[in-house]
Amino acid sequence: MWTADLPPFVLFYAGVLFALIPSHRLRAFAMLLVPVFGAINLVSMSSDASLQMTLAGLELTLLRVDDLSLLFGYAFHIAAFIAILYAFHIRDRVQQVAGLIYAGSALGAVFSGDLLTLFIFWEMLAFSSVFLIWARGTERAFVAGVRYLIIQASSGLILLVGIVFYWRSEGTLAFDFIGTDSIYGWIILLALGIKCAFPMFHNWLTDAYPEATPTGTVFLSAFTTKTAVYLLARSYPGTEQLIYVGAFMTCFPIFYAVIENDLRRVLAYSMINQIGFMVCGIGIGTALAVNGAVAHAFNDIVFKGLLFMAMGAVLQMTGKINGSELGGLYKSMPKTTVLCIVGAASISAFPLFSGFVSKSMIMSAALEEGYDWIWLALLFASAGVFHHAGIKIPYFAFFAHDSGIRTTEPPTNMLAAMFIAALICVAIGVNPTLLYNLLPYELGYTPYDATHVLAQTQLLFYSALAFVWLNLMRLYPPELPSVNLDVEWLYRKLIPGTGRALERSVSQLTAPARDIHWNVDVATKLARLGRTPPSGQMVTWVMILLGAGLVISFW
Amino acid sequence: MTQNENRNGSGRKLDDPVTVKWILRVFYVVCALLFGMDFVIHRHVSHDMENIPGFYAIYGFVGCVVLVVVARWMRVVLMRKEDYYQDSAENSDADNDGSDSGQVKEVHRVDR
Repeated sequence: MWTADLPPFVLFYAGVLFALIPSHRLRAFAMLLVPVFGAINLVSMSSDASLQMTLAGLELTLLRVDDLSLLFGYAFHIAAFIAILYAFHIRDRVQQVAGLIYAGSALGAVFSGDLLTLFIFWEMLAFSSVFLIWARGTERAFVAGVRYLIIQASSGLILLVGIVFYWRSEGTLAFDFIGTDSIYGWIILLALGIKCAFPMFHNWLTDAYPEATPTGTVFLSAFTTKTAVYLLARSYPGTEQLIYVGAFMTCFPIFYAVIENDLRRVLAYSMINQIGFMVCGIGIGTALAVNGAVAHAFNDIVFKGLLFMAMGAVLQMTGKINGSELGGLYKSMPKTTVLCIVGAASISAFPLFSGFVSKSMIMSAALEEGYDWIWLALLFASAGVFHHAGIKIPYFAFFAHDSGIRTTEPPTNMLAAMFIAALICVAIGVNPTLLYNLLPYELGYTPYDATHVLAQTQLLFYSALAFVWLNLMRLYPPELPSVNLDVEWLYRKLIPGTGRALERSVSQLTAPARDIHWNVDVATKLARLGRTPPSGQMVTWVMILLGAGLVISFW
Repeated sequence: MTQNENRNGSGRKLDDPVTVKWILRVFYVVCALLFGMDFVIHRHVSHDMENIPGFYAIYGFVGCVVLVVVARWMRVVLMRKEDYYQDSAENSDADNDGSDSGQVKEVHRVDR
């Protein structure tokens, strides 16, 4: 039917044609087949397949297959299948097409062997995914989407600058290990860091993901950040700075997660925390650490997807997602509750669930390499993640005080998608060799010995004990309708506020002078940055910039 | 639906304080047992701190209490009304001079 060694993104991009099918059931079914055929293509691919082409004198590698790219390839196919199944009932063609292109672009980026191909898919990731946010249809979602797009596109532009430097210095676009010995190494790392939600650049994630549609967030949680993690693992293993960046990423978001009210935003913060573990492992750079990092990426795609699906189901069925408005839903959504708890147990790294078998590798590697303080930070973050993602999410949504909301279970397709994800979490947790066999480095690591299991169980149970105690003492922060200031304050409040102040003072001071109109104009533009309406203009500008970038890169 | 509610009414009374009390009792016993196992199971440690009896238990408990205490403190500084960012869009002159008019005033009263 198809030739072997077809780059995986081709099937997903071609699957867009299914959008022409008029019957919505048939269309959804056809879309579901795309990742299935993709997986068949991937499995039947030869282990060293590659596809090269020459474009305007540039050697492009559309397909580079090795253990690392294959692992993420498998993960993305699983994620795409689960997400498409979860969105099976959606009739909105825009979301369906955006989902396919988004998943395809992530696969394109992961299998690309040169930086130009990577750049193109990097931008496609941004442009396709933003439609999953806009599809929510609210003003909030639209503005959040614009901010998301601007930041993602900036990451692309920075990447492009790095690529130009790389090309001039190396004379080729092919890449593998890059490292930070050169200026382009740092520039490209910055571009990856933005997509990877490094501290200070993390706010796009917590801003935009919770505003997407219930099904859209499931797509979003799988691809963008994990593509960046893949590239870090390929190009920056053993970069010591990443250890500290990663450790900081594991710790600071959990504080926000404890006081955040929007449960999907809690998950977004906990996503940064989980990526922190991966970044830290990549920074340590030993075979065990990198294996742990990419294994954790694989697991995170599944269990974070599961948690976002459970919260998406709650949002879809009740129309509410704030912890302050929910509670007692286990009575009407028992199946969703159980599936959510499986996801919670997995992210908390309970023995016999998937998070345990990958996170313990990173922790062990930190200890082995003598990073004691980092190990303590990761241990604290492990306790913290259980506290907010493991307990808070299920507790405030499904238990806590009864909100009086009575609803029903979500549609069967959503339940089925959650069930598959839960099954994978347990299967990998019980039989870790399923995952270990796919890892890039050989190693004899056994997660299940008495020491590991007892230590982790003690850590988790006493974290839970702390939760119980704090609740009994009424010390636990109640869920309150609120927002918490974060770095985004700078570009949503300070810059627009300064812009407005400037606008006012300039117009007051120099009302008669005509030649300062330009200043007023700049001030007005600044004022609009964090505001709601005229974002269409900004999108146009970003598009023009990107288009120019593309043209330049080809030329 | 009604059948569902009936079943919940009779079968799973997780709201019932008596049930909650029993669940918690079992939980406390498990916690105590886990702590005790430190003295029974010989663990091969790779760090000195792991020799402290109940190190992981203590670290988990203290860590989470610190987490929540710090987070409560963060709320005092960082928490704003839900429409904090929307405010600035609609009435653009409301609080552009950096004043904290969006601060949730009753933090301490609500946050018992």
